[in-house]
Amino acid sequence: MKRIYINEQVCIGCHLCEVYCQVAHSRSKDLVKAFKRESPEPLPSLWVEERKPVCFPVQCHHCADPVCVYACLTGALWRDPDSGIVSVDMDKCIGCWTCILACPFGAIRQETDLGKIVKCDLCEGRDVPVCVTNCPNEALVYAEAQDDTVNHATIN
Amino acid sequence: MAKSVVKAKYLIIGNSAGGIAAAEAIREMDKAGEITIISDEPYPAYSRPLISEYLAKRCPLEKMLFRPADFYEKNNIRTFLDKKAQHLDIDKHIVELESGEKIRWERLLLATGGLPIVPEIEGIGLKGVFTFTKLDDAKAIDEFLSHYGIKVRAIVIGGGLIGVGVTEALVKRGIEATIVEMKERILNTILDEEGSTLEEKTLTEAGVEIITGHTVGKIGSYLPGEVTGVNLDDTRPIPCELVIVAIGVRPRLDLAIGTGIKVNRGIVVDHRMATSNPEVFACGDVVEAHDFIYGENRLTPIWPNAYMEGRVAGFNMAGVPTEYFGGTALNSLKYFGLAVASAGMVNPPDDSYEVISNRYDHMYKKVVLKDGLVVGMVFAGDIEKSGVVFSLMKDRVEVERFKQALVAEDFSLASLPEEMWRARLGMPNSGFLPPTILREEPEELVLGE
Repeated sequence: MKRIYINEQVCIGCHLCEVYCQVAHSRSKDLVKAFKRESPEPLPSLWVEERKPVCFPVQCHHCADPVCVYACLTGALWRDPDSGIVSVDMDKCIGCWTCILACPFGAIRQETDLGKIVKCDLCEGRDVPVCVTNCPNEALVYAEAQDDTVNHATIN
Repeated sequence: MAKSVVKAKYLIIGNSAGGIAAAEAIREMDKAGEITIISDEPYPAYSRPLISEYLAKRCPLEKMLFRPADFYEKNNIRTFLDKKAQHLDIDKHIVELESGEKIRWERLLLATGGLPIVPEIEGIGLKGVFTFTKLDDAKAIDEFLSHYGIKVRAIVIGGGLIGVGVTEALVKRGIEATIVEMKERILNTILDEEGSTLEEKTLTEAGVEIITGHTVGKIGSYLPGEVTGVNLDDTRPIPCELVIVAIGVRPRLDLAIGTGIKVNRGIVVDHRMATSNPEVFACGDVVEAHDFIYGENRLTPIWPNAYMEGRVAGFNMAGVPTEYFGGTALNSLKYFGLAVASAGMVNPPDDSYEVISNRYDHMYKKVVLKDGLVVGMVFAGDIEKSGVVFSLMKDRVEVERFKQALVAEDFSLASLPEEMWRARLGMPNSGFLPPTILREEPEELVLGE
């Protein structure tokens, strides 16, 4: 499977990835409506973390060995063995936040209005995620994952 | 006449987190070997933590299912639901069900879970006294409440996860609830004093009465067979119609006892989740598994650990050698909307531990350090980055040089030293760079140093 890699050296912290992500995950798919009209306001499922001059976007790694899925109390989180995408079934998510405590990347957020989690879905249905397509500096790279095999010697 | 013996390559007793995890791991490795799951509950695997939702708003079973409805069929898993495993013959590799059926196994997993601890106090057998660990408990309480209407007063004995969980559900049903906790504060094993205080405040504001430092001495009844109140250990009477016993769970060991399988407080397992009998594995609330914080095997009866242990057991049962790294206490709470995340050793036993904490707005963050390593944490209010701190705990990362940042208001991945955040960005460590990056190697780095 492909996944998003971050070339943090050329991330300038413009937050455009967040903007495009938020619009792509809005109901209206309209820039102005997604930011000013929709309620609750859709959240981007990646976000730029900054300690200037360091900045980089953080989002779900779609781990081959996904601890969030293992920790999920309700079975809402699951990994499609064929696509490798880790998804959340919004009907089943109760917002217990156990996955947030389990994720080593801090890549899952709370949507407190709905009481559900928000995470990257790799823009399912598109060839390339919108954050990658619209990064002005190619700081987000969509490339074949190289570490997709799980080492069975030890399970975390 | 004896019934015929069913054969299973893999027999799993228990149909919750651990049992399902094992079945999934086995199927990843062995597409064909017969898997059989036995459960004394009549339901397909459902999320036990959701029984609070069931009680609060009669969440339907379909919404509580831990796996899609076609899970068993799709994975070719035979089930014996609503059947109790009664006897285990280790030498003959046979499990006998209460119904008389027998199942012969090659590899066995004991994922039998826990049973609620019920104290032997006067009145414990009265109608209106319940435990709260499985769906049928929630159904029974629901039925009781429907019968009584809304003006029910409840006493919840025990202020742990189960007790507070059932209390929240009862309050949402409009019931007046009082928690009676024996220790000085509620949630005392998984939270520190500050965390417990925050929870107590939240619960009190929601209308819950909390009595600490006491326990229920007896359950009383003026009406034949029905609860009309309790007396605390100091004889103080409190009227109520409903009593929930939530003082804890203990490993459900009955099948293992007498079989020669080594048992301590729970079933003893090694890093492969094998019991003292190499063909019998165990996981979940019934075992004492490795705790990487305490460095010893202990009971940590929580859902995520049961799942991980089951997964490890499943791989090993399927012949793929796999070791369990270990788990530790890990709890994310959200009673009445207050998010609290805690893990590891939250109440350090002596002064050799360092505690760093921070309070701002309505947030609270604390880490417990020992020899420069994080061994415990409590985050309240702002928990979105709690997983990053937990991963430092799990990876045994030396945090001395940036320990203050862990509890800072703006803590994030970028607060970690460069080599650490870089490792977590997921850029491959060596030998591989995506083509676009090779093309555009930055000419100069102006990264501060």
